[in-house]
Amino acid sequence: MRLKSLQLYTDNPEEEFAVSGHRACQGCAEILALRLALKIFGKDTILCMATGCMEIISTPLPTTSWKLPWIHVAFENAASVAAGVEAGVKILMDKGKIARKDIHVVAIAGDGGTSDIGFQALSGAMERGHKFTYICVDNEAYMNTGIQRSSSTPYGAMTTTSPPGKKGIGQSTWKKNMPEIIAAHNVPYVATACPSYPFDLFAKVKKARLTQGPSYLHILSVCPTGWRIPSSEAVAYGRLAVRTGMFPLYEIEDGRWRVTYSPEPLRPVKDYLKGQGRYRHLSEESVAIIQERITSEWELLKYQCTIK
Amino acid sequence: MKAIKGVEVSIAASVAAKLAKVEVIAAYPITPQTHIVEHLADLVADGELDAVYINVESEHSAMSACCGSSAAGARTFTSTSAQGMELMHEILFIASGMRLPIVMASVNRALSAPLSIWGDHSDVMAARDTGWIMLFCENGQEVVDAIIMAFKIAEDKRVFLPLMVNLDGFSLSHVIEPIDFPSQEEVDAFLPPYDPIYTLHPDKPVTMGAYAMPELYTEAKYAQEMAIRNSKVVVKEVMEEYGKKFGRHYNIVETYNIDKADVIFVALGSVGENIKTAIDSLKDQGKEAGLVQLRLFRPFPAEEILAAVKGVKNIAVIERVMPAGAPNGPLFQEISTVVHMSGAEVSMTNYIVGLGGRDVLPEDFEDIYNDIVSGKNSELQDEKNFTVIGVRA
Repeated sequence: MRLKSLQLYTDNPEEEFAVSGHRACQGCAEILALRLALKIFGKDTILCMATGCMEIISTPLPTTSWKLPWIHVAFENAASVAAGVEAGVKILMDKGKIARKDIHVVAIAGDGGTSDIGFQALSGAMERGHKFTYICVDNEAYMNTGIQRSSSTPYGAMTTTSPPGKKGIGQSTWKKNMPEIIAAHNVPYVATACPSYPFDLFAKVKKARLTQGPSYLHILSVCPTGWRIPSSEAVAYGRLAVRTGMFPLYEIEDGRWRVTYSPEPLRPVKDYLKGQGRYRHLSEESVAIIQERITSEWELLKYQCTIK
Repeated sequence: MKAIKGVEVSIAASVAAKLAKVEVIAAYPITPQTHIVEHLADLVADGELDAVYINVESEHSAMSACCGSSAAGARTFTSTSAQGMELMHEILFIASGMRLPIVMASVNRALSAPLSIWGDHSDVMAARDTGWIMLFCENGQEVVDAIIMAFKIAEDKRVFLPLMVNLDGFSLSHVIEPIDFPSQEEVDAFLPPYDPIYTLHPDKPVTMGAYAMPELYTEAKYAQEMAIRNSKVVVKEVMEEYGKKFGRHYNIVETYNIDKADVIFVALGSVGENIKTAIDSLKDQGKEAGLVQLRLFRPFPAEEILAAVKGVKNIAVIERVMPAGAPNGPLFQEISTVVHMSGAEVSMTNYIVGLGGRDVLPEDFEDIYNDIVSGKNSELQDEKNFTVIGVRA
């Protein structure tokens, strides 16, 4: 098994498109995820990025960490910009103004830029069927502005705008299910991924790259700063998120659901919650509520995979 | 012999975009802009225009997609009005800051609340400092000519800025006028294909829209400011070349009967035609009024305005927007800044007309002239700094 993994790793391109010199925090899983994904997307890729951590850490004028054509316009419009870029490249090729080649457009945004402010633009672009990949790098809060809640923040998590207190438990609603919402747009390829499982990530990026239409990757991006964990633990917490069922790895390909890694038996959710400062305030009762919900969501996911 | 056709001005605007061979159109429908984007959709669907038409889900995305396609190197066009322009507002700044030569037909309309679909300049005046070059049109022929010239101005390597062609909602957009369309060959000879300096292409990766630390932001904005200021020269050059090639001559500031005028009206847009009618009628009565009309509003043609109003005793600034707590309307503030900084001794008055599609008639301007000349208006103006024509108590 180990040897097979090594083979898989060495099969993948050495070339890096997210290059060193960026200002990501230590242990940032977001830059790790993109570094790995871009290896697979390869050279003929155009990146359209939303405002957020990634944009700020990677492109302070006059420097850049992207060895690919890259554009940032605003926070809420990565999907619309990508739609425009895709249209522009297509018509220029159709008119013979640029050489015809398989250029792939990739839009990248955080969970705020995806599930909140960028939701409408994303929905529009997905519904229109533009051929591009949208990546949500989900670190479960507005980390760029100082850890405020988003609709992707999990139940019970402490953020600066969902603080626990005498009357509050922290974030009081459940994480918005973006992959399922996007799948409801009849998007041909939707998948979750986590850089703690790089080969799973590679396989999904490959599928997204080959999709003739829109594709959507929802990548859990552990944020040591916002989650209040040691920076050396980012990869481990990504694994725990998957192993506990907090962030299952699955894909929806032309409407067919498939779990790509089954962590059964699930580890107790408390193993994932306990070391994170953002969950430190949780009572045993709250942990039990989360456990119950996660277990039932996992069962539902398995059911969806069976019947679809 | 040239074929002059009676065409709805909106349709004429989309034909002009077609003649300019636009390559990407990203648009969202909003009254009174709808006929422009509908006709463009028809032209694309019929194969008459080889372009990608993106039916975006909002004006915010329309302008965002335009940024993307323009950055990719495609000639890009859109159109909007009123609330749509407000929804684009954020991205208007970004399009100009990123130096993307997008052209937009802005069909001017009142802003909510109360909801009004009819014409005034509330939308464009709220967007006047977004870094876009702004042309204003008086009639349909000007709209056609301005859209063709717009691409040449915006895409000039000395400029590289987005450009807004403004036309009044309904009172211009929905009227049928005789239009002289240039031929495709003539337009091709005048307007070369878009030749961008940088594009998003994997063979030569560039980073666009990076962020600037305080050490660089000021310089970037200063460079942008100089570009829009210096674009006036290019606007003039393009208008001159257009006049030579197509026989229709335009100036960035147009004047009418200013030589002996006691009162000079300063105005933007289609209201100019009514003012000219009033001027002709006053002349018949032995009274002399003139008009200074701005075709170019951004960059602000200060020298040309000063030259036109030189020596006049009274200036009446006519505008179609409520000042919202400001001392005067925006056009008045700009004209008075220019005039008073020049040291000219002149009486200036400010009139707000035609809000939310309210009719404004030649007689209104005759009344304004008579009030100014007889000194009747000075009392009112002292109190409020501006007069709203036709407001009921």
